[in-house]
Amino acid sequence: MNIELRQVSRWYGNVVAVNDVSMNVGPGVTGLLGPNGAGKSTLLHVMAGFLAPSTGTATLDGRPIWRNHDIYRSIGLVPEREGVYGFLTGRQFVLSSARLHRLPEPEDAAAKALALVEMEAAKDRRIETYSKGMRQRVKVAAALVHDPRVLLLDEPFNGMDPRQRLHLMDLVRELGAAGRTILFSSHILEEVERVAQHIEVLVAGRHAASGDFREIRRRMTDRPHLFRVRSSDDRRLAAALIADASSGAVSLAEGGLEVQALDFRRFTWLLPRVARDAGVSVWQVSPADEDLESVFSYLISGSSR
Amino acid sequence: MNAVVAGITYRAVLGRRRVLLMVLLPLLLIALALVLRWVGSADEKAAVTLMQVYAIGTMLPLLGLIAGTGTIAPEIDDGTIIHLLSKPISRPVIAVTKFVVAASMLAVFAALPTFAAGYLLLRDEAGVAAGFGVGALAGGVAYAAVFLLLGVLTRHAVTVGIIYAVVWENLVGRFVPGARDLSIQQWAQTFADQISTSGFLKSSVAMGFAVPAILVVTIGSVLWAGHRLRSLSLTGEE
Repeated sequence: MNIELRQVSRWYGNVVAVNDVSMNVGPGVTGLLGPNGAGKSTLLHVMAGFLAPSTGTATLDGRPIWRNHDIYRSIGLVPEREGVYGFLTGRQFVLSSARLHRLPEPEDAAAKALALVEMEAAKDRRIETYSKGMRQRVKVAAALVHDPRVLLLDEPFNGMDPRQRLHLMDLVRELGAAGRTILFSSHILEEVERVAQHIEVLVAGRHAASGDFREIRRRMTDRPHLFRVRSSDDRRLAAALIADASSGAVSLAEGGLEVQALDFRRFTWLLPRVARDAGVSVWQVSPADEDLESVFSYLISGSSR
Repeated sequence: MNAVVAGITYRAVLGRRRVLLMVLLPLLLIALALVLRWVGSADEKAAVTLMQVYAIGTMLPLLGLIAGTGTIAPEIDDGTIIHLLSKPISRPVIAVTKFVVAASMLAVFAALPTFAAGYLLLRDEAGVAAGFGVGALAGGVAYAAVFLLLGVLTRHAVTVGIIYAVVWENLVGRFVPGARDLSIQQWAQTFADQISTSGFLKSSVAMGFAVPAILVVTIGSVLWAGHRLRSLSLTGEE
């Protein structure tokens, strides 16, 4: 099944949350990547029928999503908010989902879904006693109970311990390989890289990039990196570094050198050698712009070129 | 009606601490009736006053507020409503189910105790107990629908509901006779007056107005709530 967004914008008052986004999400796993506040949840809510686009259209195989409760026969949704009734046990929660879908064998379907997320051991405890990761898994089980063709997950790996995370990642990958249309949002590149074949990048409400994760990864690594270097003799090191083409701008700043590395791999290879040859001891090398925001803003400027 | 939605809603409302109020308010009514009997003033006038001022004038709107908003507003607030709404069930069906749950709770926690208190005071004298019991039931149904709608329309449903019950019904209604036409309490009293033969009870709204008013308000509110649920928007927590 295909989710198609055509020129979707969504604003709240004067604030534009999503700006003119068009994308097509098909079978397989798609990662919706972007920093916090980029509009990922807004876009996901539009795809799940919980938000009307201010302009543009959102459709599932050509059928409108907004105000159409029939689409939930095909969609499973795992919202980011806790969204669970704490007074129900895990089994009751998933079973209620199966019954609301009017499945012919709700008990069996619930048992199968709980097994899929490895929640059988705790299924008879009330959800309010669960850890965040367990709640997350029960939500996934409730979303999968009717074996939907489309699965939408909002930041699904948040709050899970590493083992649970790997397990859910495998599950999502398997479901995608089996031909389901899966979209999940995340602000962590490594997560998306592990699970998704296809990535859509959203930054500040705009659709910044779309494509294969390797391509996007390459563009993220190839950007100029800014490093702060502290050494026994900053001036001497600066002179030696600037002679090589891989360092762009080198400046003496308070507390060390600031070097812009144009060729990331060559620079990391070069720095220790240059320092050794110049007889300078390097004390500290730290990336100055490794935060996601700058990586993403580079992606945006790169894609608009 | 959807049995799964109803089951979850009952458990959610009865599991909250507010349910204590739903028990305490009718207990207080029964206790007041017992005290009146005990001090020997269980006459018709006292019974009608207790019913008008406390059962219909205070307890019914408060319970209506708790039950009406309580069946949906907390779920919208904390996002659990997504569990029900992301299913192939029409939203109006969900609204009707929530209304039935709220109305049934008012029947149990408001109408039944009202009848019981009346019966404790007067037995079946002048039809006061039956009258107010039916009045509380009719009013409770209308309150359930209106406050359910408020819970869907606004995040400040409880505040708006209290303003309606206290300021409009009890304050404006006392001094401006015309305002009583648009008062669920008054409609409830009209029903009571219709059944009871007591001379101490004088309703100010005619039965010919109260019956269609309750029908229109109840059906209209539930339909509107269902319509609003169809376009319920959830914003991200980004």
